[in-house]
Amino acid sequence: MKEKPDVLQGTLRLMVLKTLGVMGPQHGWGIARRIEQISGDLLAVNQGTLYPLLLKLEQQGSIASGWGASENNRRARFYRLTAAGRKELHAETRDWEQTAAIIARFFKVKAEDLS
Amino acid sequence: MRFLRRFLIRFSNFATRRSADQRLQEEVAEHIAFQTEENLRAGMPPAEARRQAMLKLGATEAIRQDYHAEQSLPFIENLFFDLKYAVRMLLRSPGFAFIAIATMALGVGASTAIYSVIDATLLRPLPYPNPGELVRIEANLPGVGAHDIGLSIPELRDLQNSGIFQYASLSFFGTNNLTGSTQPTSIASKSVSPSYFAVLGVNAQLGRTFDPHDPTPGFNNEVVISDGLWKSAFGADPHILGKTLRLDNDPAQVVGVLPASFRDQGQTSEERSTDLWAACGFFGDPAPPPMRSTRLPFESIARLQPGISPEAAQDRLDALVASLKKEYPADYPSKGAWTLHLTPLAETLVGNVRQSLILLFGAVGLVLLISCVNVANLLLARASSRGREIAVRQALGAQRSRLIRQLLTEILLLFLLGGIAGFAILFFTRKFLLQLIPESLPRLNDISINWSVLAFALAVSAIAGIVFGLAPALLMSRFDLTGTLRQEGRGSSGSRERSRARQVLVVSELALSLVLMVAAGLLLRSFWDLFKVQPGFNPTRVVAVENSLPNPNDPKTDVYRTATQEGVLLREVLRRNRTIPGVEETAVSDQAAVPLGHSQSDRDMLPLVLEGQDVQSSQPPLIDTLIVSPEYFHVLGMTLLRGRLFVEQDLEDTPSVAVINQAAARTYWPNQDPVGKRARSDRQKPVWTTIVGVIADARTESLADAGIPQVYLDIYQRPAKFLAFYLRGRVDPAAISAQVRTQIQSVDPELPVYRAETLDDVLSSSLSVRRFSMQMVAAFAATALLLAALGIYGTISYLVNEQRREIAIRLALGAQRGQILKMVLRRGLGLTAAGAALGVAGALIVSHLMAGLLFGVSPNDLFTLAGVTVALTLVALAASYIPALRAMRVDPITMLHAE
Repeated sequence: MKEKPDVLQGTLRLMVLKTLGVMGPQHGWGIARRIEQISGDLLAVNQGTLYPLLLKLEQQGSIASGWGASENNRRARFYRLTAAGRKELHAETRDWEQTAAIIARFFKVKAEDLS
Repeated sequence: MRFLRRFLIRFSNFATRRSADQRLQEEVAEHIAFQTEENLRAGMPPAEARRQAMLKLGATEAIRQDYHAEQSLPFIENLFFDLKYAVRMLLRSPGFAFIAIATMALGVGASTAIYSVIDATLLRPLPYPNPGELVRIEANLPGVGAHDIGLSIPELRDLQNSGIFQYASLSFFGTNNLTGSTQPTSIASKSVSPSYFAVLGVNAQLGRTFDPHDPTPGFNNEVVISDGLWKSAFGADPHILGKTLRLDNDPAQVVGVLPASFRDQGQTSEERSTDLWAACGFFGDPAPPPMRSTRLPFESIARLQPGISPEAAQDRLDALVASLKKEYPADYPSKGAWTLHLTPLAETLVGNVRQSLILLFGAVGLVLLISCVNVANLLLARASSRGREIAVRQALGAQRSRLIRQLLTEILLLFLLGGIAGFAILFFTRKFLLQLIPESLPRLNDISINWSVLAFALAVSAIAGIVFGLAPALLMSRFDLTGTLRQEGRGSSGSRERSRARQVLVVSELALSLVLMVAAGLLLRSFWDLFKVQPGFNPTRVVAVENSLPNPNDPKTDVYRTATQEGVLLREVLRRNRTIPGVEETAVSDQAAVPLGHSQSDRDMLPLVLEGQDVQSSQPPLIDTLIVSPEYFHVLGMTLLRGRLFVEQDLEDTPSVAVINQAAARTYWPNQDPVGKRARSDRQKPVWTTIVGVIADARTESLADAGIPQVYLDIYQRPAKFLAFYLRGRVDPAAISAQVRTQIQSVDPELPVYRAETLDDVLSSSLSVRRFSMQMVAAFAATALLLAALGIYGTISYLVNEQRREIAIRLALGAQRGQILKMVLRRGLGLTAAGAALGVAGALIVSHLMAGLLFGVSPNDLFTLAGVTVALTLVALAASYIPALRAMRVDPITMLHAE
């Protein structure tokens, strides 16, 4: 059986920010679940690795957290994007798109284009 | 910013020991609940749903650790664990900890003490704004061997207009009699160009300093006084400005008071405590008219234009000198090769003390090195006893890098504690230690134990800890696990390597101590030779009392203007001094003639023109000129070789006569009889003076230098203003000053008397810096020897301990105990021989570097080298003898049973 690829180093961070940006406040399990869903279950998130990252993002001021109630009335810690985090997401999205576009061009290139 | 924010949060978490463990556990529980629910919805049985949820989450413990590492600062946390562990380990072996800390305290304390002296004298900038711009200007005539001949006023103006300097100034240090207060006092004063304070960049706290552009040719009668004089003589009178003082009978108006923090620059402590400054143009009455060839033998300091380095300034100055020589060829004969030389002011103030201080710093550096080596040695010795502990920790999974870090923490703690202890001891004994330093040391008052000294102590201990701790830590952590654990403390396989390391350390320790001991031995011999040198005069039972006559700028107010006028006073004072009980003989001279009583810088150097010599073509040489009364030679026990001394009949109106010393005869009248020859030495009055006698050379200028040419003039022919009265006999130096004052003031109540010293004291204090460095280096050498002895004792004990099984077997097989003793002693001797060989090589290098500090002893003095090597060998043998005895007494039966 082919292994599902692990999440690339450093991209998990961007995924978390984007998920929060799109979905609004989420609890930890929700974020992990969304990431898997969006990737079409192609990515396996070792869900536990998410929590140290969430703590780091919170310490950096990109996200904030607080206790709240889930849809089925369970007590859970919710994470939401701060203004700084939103700005950061915006900037990093642009960077990523640029990088992706450059790489895409390299893949498209054929020998005759360069002659 | 983000990084900083995160660090601060983590640091505060670490500091408050806040744990997010609770929060993580709640979140994880909630996470598993969500996932289980999801799995149930997917149709799993409850137990399986929960199991899958846990699997998906991953290893909880690992998450917890990652989480904790994110939350706090693991590096610092580990450091704290290591520190706690280190403290516990040190407390477990207090004897070891005490010896190691005490050794480091000694090394760091001693080097910090010397550093504090160097910090004050060599490193700290002068206490004036932009001190790097201050320079001293020295004019030389290398062609005729004349140095520091002074500048003429036109030359000073050329410098001022050259664009190289902001301001240039002349200053002349002397003493003045200040009259008008209860007791006439003599104060240290300086006549300075009006630009002097502009050069130093100092303003008055009250009133003003001088206008740097003041055009007055002579004295403008303005004076500035020090804060000290303002408080002591005028009770801090707020209305002092504009008040008129009488200085050597001249009126002078106070225009300013300098700030309390101001201390003048100068090479002697008298000069640095100048209390009064008088503005003088130096080119009109009483100074000679401003001729280019009339050089004033005064000190010249200047402030460079901002942004010009001293080197660049020197280049521009050389160009100026060349153009001046072209313009005025008559004033600068090519034979003299006139040059101007700039020296940063800070350097000139330290002078020849620099060499002594660098020597001391080198010596103390060696002591520090030896203490570090000793502690490293102790650490290695402990390694064998801690082998099992470290092996067990490794077996339980400790990483080697983690072990090294922990061991290094422990060693660093030891070194830092040593450094702090050393600093603390220094801090609490500083008053006592300061008394040991000779008073003649420049900037003595600036020495303080301050933050930079503390930083030095900590930095030195930390660097020493890392350098000398790394090797032991590496060696200690490298253990063959199974071997150590199986061998049950019977020594370990790493021990051979460590034992070699220890031997290397001991050999270097012995070598370093030998270097220090040779240095101390050479200094001791130099000092002894100087002390025992025949000075050529007899200082015993002679007291010199200093006194000065007013030297007013207006000659009409000078009652002692001519030699005849002054002679009346001198004869009367001498007659009265002879009536003081106990006094057998008396004499008088100018203060420059007090043997060894002044620094080299204020010698009275006058040009000597020989009769028949072409004055125009060559600059006359400068010669030490001393003015004395006829009895001087007898009171000081100087020997007449040819001709005659001064007699009563030599007076102002009889032909001028002089006595010279042998060195002068040798230098200026080689292979001739100087008696009857004529020469001229006085600048203002070109009177031909006949040489009437030659005396034997006496070391009155410097004990180390016998052959300085000197010429003596008769005080009844040439009046002197700064006088020293000599009294030979059984007198009490403590009371004599008051007795002489009574006698002098009964003749003239306006004359001050200050400072009475026995010539023995003067002679001894002329050696004070030498004595100080000799004593310090000797103390350091003794310390080094002690440490080296401890080191070799420790190493031999360790070797004996390692070999006790071997020794027991040898004894059981019939070896004689004497042979065992010899075997161990041979090991000690081997180490000593290696150390001594290295040490002699090092000592020869060091002794050549310090050749300038030696007197009468060659840097490769065989006697010192051999003596020191023998002493070191004896001490090392004695130190190995104790463990050797222990080895000899090993009881083979007990020993072999025990194993």
